[in-house]
Amino acid sequence: MIPSRTSHSSSIGPGVVPRGADPAYDEEVKREYDLRKNIPHLGKGSKGRPFSIDPNVGVMTRTQTPYVTGTSVLAVKYKDGVLMACDTLACYGSTKRYKSIQRMKLVGKYTVVGFTGELSDFDYISTLLDELEMTDFCQDDECPRTPKEIYNYLVRVMYNRRNKFDPLWNSLVISGWDYVEKKPFLGCVGMIGQHYVDDHVATGFGNHLARPLFRESWKEEMTEQEAEKLLKSALLSCVMRDKQMMNKFQLSKITADGPGEISEPFAIDTRWGYENYVNPTKYAPGAW
Amino acid sequence: MEETPVDFLSIPVSTGTTILACAYRTGVVLAADSRTSTGAYVANRASDKITQICDNVWMCRSGSAADTQNVAAYVKRMVEEHAMERNGTGFRENESNDRAMMVDVRVVAKLTQKIAYENKEKLQAGMIIAGWDRVRGPQVYGIPLGGSMLEAPFSVSGSGSAYIYGYLDNTYKENMEREECEKWMTEAISLAIARDASSGGVIRLVTIHENGCEKQCVLPKDHKVCDGELEQVATTTTAMV
Repeated sequence: MIPSRTSHSSSIGPGVVPRGADPAYDEEVKREYDLRKNIPHLGKGSKGRPFSIDPNVGVMTRTQTPYVTGTSVLAVKYKDGVLMACDTLACYGSTKRYKSIQRMKLVGKYTVVGFTGELSDFDYISTLLDELEMTDFCQDDECPRTPKEIYNYLVRVMYNRRNKFDPLWNSLVISGWDYVEKKPFLGCVGMIGQHYVDDHVATGFGNHLARPLFRESWKEEMTEQEAEKLLKSALLSCVMRDKQMMNKFQLSKITADGPGEISEPFAIDTRWGYENYVNPTKYAPGAW
Repeated sequence: MEETPVDFLSIPVSTGTTILACAYRTGVVLAADSRTSTGAYVANRASDKITQICDNVWMCRSGSAADTQNVAAYVKRMVEEHAMERNGTGFRENESNDRAMMVDVRVVAKLTQKIAYENKEKLQAGMIIAGWDRVRGPQVYGIPLGGSMLEAPFSVSGSGSAYIYGYLDNTYKENMEREECEKWMTEAISLAIARDASSGGVIRLVTIHENGCEKQCVLPKDHKVCDGELEQVATTTTAMV
């Protein structure tokens, strides 16, 4: 049986079709390869198939720089599910450019995926996830994909792109409810394919600001209120100290009851009313 | 995409700040944000970027903290001596004792410019000198990197300034009243903070006029709510977790 090809462009390299399985595709690959045999700087007798983003332009291997980026995503497991929080800002370098971006996505019935990093790469990942969801729906076998399956899929996607020196510049947080084992699921995948599951995760700046708070205050079998309180205190820390974060957040909740819910944007109480902030350089004029 | 917004090697080093000064009918207002960032980390969210030089002249600072602190210290010292020489002890007819340390704004600006220009290779300091004096009234002098000096009705500097040039140019009015000017400047800094990630925190305002100077601090909940943002929740100082 011929495995179905994923829909990524052939310019990112051959798909998952093994040689011999699809003769038409083999022909196509052979033709492309023949065309490139005479590239001068590859050297005589070079047998390697050069990597190319755009097969028509030439040989190019590069890692990108991110342009439009989202900052941290925080997530904690609690007794009945997983809560994930992130802000709604996408920065263009140091400019706060897009202020109403949803950085979390509902995937299927039991998963929510959030991202840090390049917005366009996550759009691409969204498309892949939508296709995954579509095939699952069409199979119609009364067992929707578990979050762990989606997590594993994303690990392979990220790692394979890394191997081609063309990473998807994202850190992803996959949260969901495993309806088979009747437990919450929470995992994290990075841009070079590094991945792990844990009770609480944070990406981006949250690694430095939120994780210590989680390590100290997270406990087994928290209620939803406790989890939300913990997340909000971590968000406070992040929004005060990360310049690329804004005070406009969305919270997503996924439980056994089915599709995740992403809340309306809300602001948290930030603390500014300290007396010492009014005239901080009173005894040190000229200081910052 | 042809343009690269973040090309670290070629963009001029701009200082993560928004500072602004404007002359109104009977005085000047200086405004600044309060964020100092190192990379993406906000090192100080309540910094004070407006420094007093003498009774009637204050300076907005942007750039290297060390450079501007030391330039301000030198200027302050020299201006103090100058004030002593020029104004005497303050026991003069028609001059109150309290105002002995008033100096012409232009003198302060020229002195700062001299220091900035002579040391241009070593310094990374963008400053705005503003104040009020009896000779020429309210004045604003901008002294950018390189050590030039430009008098203007208003002057803006720092990384956040780029986002509000259009707004300032479009809405500036001559001879505003004090409240009008303060409100205009708070709004301008709010707009800069809304788009510049390197600016944020409270908005500090200093108003200098004939009878003295006043300092203010506008908390985030009182800033203008810009497009795409939410109203800030009222502040508390109680612990959360």
